Amino acid sequence: MATEPATETTLQGPAAWEQEAEREHVHGLGPWRLGFRRLRRNRVALFFGFLFILLILVCAAAPLWADNVAKTGPTDGHLSDTIQVDGETKNVVGLDGVPIGPQYMKADGKFFLGADGNGRDIMVRLLYGGRNSLFIGLTAALITVFLSIILGVVSGYFRGSTDAVIRTLLDILWSFPVIILATALGVALALGGLKIGPLTIAGDSLAIPILIIGLVYVPYMARPVRGQVMSLREKEFVEAARAQGAGPIRIMFSEVIPNLASTMLVFFTLLIANAVLLEAALSFLGAGVQPPNPSWGTMIEEGVDRIATAPHLAIVPGIMLVLTVLSLNVFGDGVRDALDPRAKVRLER
Amino acid sequence: MGRFIVRRVAQMLFVMFAVSILTFFIFNVIPNGDPAVRMAGKQPTESQIEAIREEWGFNDNIFVQYTTTMKKVFTGDLLSYTTQLPVDEEIIKGLPRTFALAVGAALLWMFVAICFGLYSAVKAGKFADRFLTIIALIGISMPVFWIGALMNYYLGFKLGWFPNGGYVEFSEDPVDWAYHLILPWTALAILFIGFYSRVLRSNVLDTINEDFVRTARAKGLGERQIMVRHVLRNSMIPIVTLWGLDFGAVIGGGAILTETVFDLQGVGQYAAEAVGQLDVPPVLATTMFAAFFIVLLNAIVDIVYAYLDPRIRLQ
Repeated sequence: MATEPATETTLQGPAAWEQEAEREHVHGLGPWRLGFRRLRRNRVALFFGFLFILLILVCAAAPLWADNVAKTGPTDGHLSDTIQVDGETKNVVGLDGVPIGPQYMKADGKFFLGADGNGRDIMVRLLYGGRNSLFIGLTAALITVFLSIILGVVSGYFRGSTDAVIRTLLDILWSFPVIILATALGVALALGGLKIGPLTIAGDSLAIPILIIGLVYVPYMARPVRGQVMSLREKEFVEAARAQGAGPIRIMFSEVIPNLASTMLVFFTLLIANAVLLEAALSFLGAGVQPPNPSWGTMIEEGVDRIATAPHLAIVPGIMLVLTVLSLNVFGDGVRDALDPRAKVRLER
Repeated sequence: MGRFIVRRVAQMLFVMFAVSILTFFIFNVIPNGDPAVRMAGKQPTESQIEAIREEWGFNDNIFVQYTTTMKKVFTGDLLSYTTQLPVDEEIIKGLPRTFALAVGAALLWMFVAICFGLYSAVKAGKFADRFLTIIALIGISMPVFWIGALMNYYLGFKLGWFPNGGYVEFSEDPVDWAYHLILPWTALAILFIGFYSRVLRSNVLDTINEDFVRTARAKGLGERQIMVRHVLRNSMIPIVTLWGLDFGAVIGGGAILTETVFDLQGVGQYAAEAVGQLDVPPVLATTMFAAFFIVLLNAIVDIVYAYLDPRIRLQ
């Protein structure tokens, strides 16, 4: 961007370029507009982006389905109930313990996807479970982005001993075996909840998996952010701000962080995908969402136990999970390619 | 070079030390972690609990407890709180199983990913490339315990093509050993095949435009030789780095879910069971075991890099 300032005018910097562009009738587009234009051409990424939004909307509408169609809640068991299918009376859970299979609309939407071993409506649990899984994924990813930006920016901007301390912290967190740490914390906290001073978190609260997952992925994002900040702080516009007397806080907020926006956006999408997957893994090991609360992970865990009699109990939530993660991965890739085709932002594990 | 290695090893030891302290203190700070109450069984009297506390040293200062526990980790005297079996023996029992799973899966994902990635790059933009890209994306989006359970049920239980979980010692019957591990290897490798083939594809596409490739072509080398000798070789460096890191991560806990689904009784499954019972000594030992492999392979990768690229040594 090192353009010679126009000599005959008194204007300098961006104002001068604007004037010049106006004189020569050049219409410049900002990086965001260019990125959006590129993204719009990527049909596949757009399709999966819409699919993700659709999944969120469908899961958010869980109470509508539960109240108006299925007329039951996500944790209500119907072990000894019967339903009317085409004028025929059927047990929700058979005498041999095999739950009823998918009924679709045959029973007016009741047990649309069948029942689980406790006679609970799978469709209702699937929607509510999706709400939990997506909520955990989104908030955990937000926490990761927030912490990583703070740590990455402070570490990359101040360098020296601050950087050394933060880097060591990240190294330690990085070296922790993620799943062991997260399940250990999850199991321990699920038993007794957490009490820090006036703050109390109940054992079955969603806040526990959210905090754990949010924390665990911090090194994966904070390290690349730190690297980016280290190169940003040497740029001319930061030097200019410093010359105008801006302090470190002001430089960080008005010069450095805005330039990290595209990194944040890409990481955010990919982090949601990973957080949703980790939530499922934790719930599978009994350390995430606590039963009887549904989440896709707990539903797969319950389904795997009954896979021989009712395989759809494990298959259906798994497919929802794969669709969610796949749509986020494809969309995240598309956003990355659109905003910065040369970037190699990637999440491991 | 010597100084670099010394510095890297010192750093490694420090991180291990920090991991052990954190793990130990997390369990002592968290409520419901009092192991004496759980060990005393149902309806214990106060004096029983007190006796257990005294015997296991739970009344000591927490730092004293930490040092005695760590001493036991290194001398192999660590006992589980729930089963009261020595932890080191359990880990040694599970070690060959975890290694068999990790090594086999790592070789499998590397081999398949090279084939997929290279083919995808050669056919860039064509149908085969798009198809493989979709497969790779689906692969990285599938939870390993889900696909593992489905494979176990359909291929193992229903069709009977493969054994339904379990593990056979290599010394007993090598063929049966491999036969039992095919499903776990595949389930664990799927995720990495997806990642690696995509990374390799983009690396190959970057390398293909380098000057030395054009020179090789100008010299009249065959297309196959250019691909394997010049392009693939140069595209492999980041992949090998990732491979080292991921291999450490898989041994260090990444295989927990696979081991649990296929009931392989490795170190990961031992860790998962210990965590479920909040059994502190095995959790501490397996966490340190896992952290050791993660840190070790990180250090090896760094040292190999420093050996290859002198600029890193001087930083």
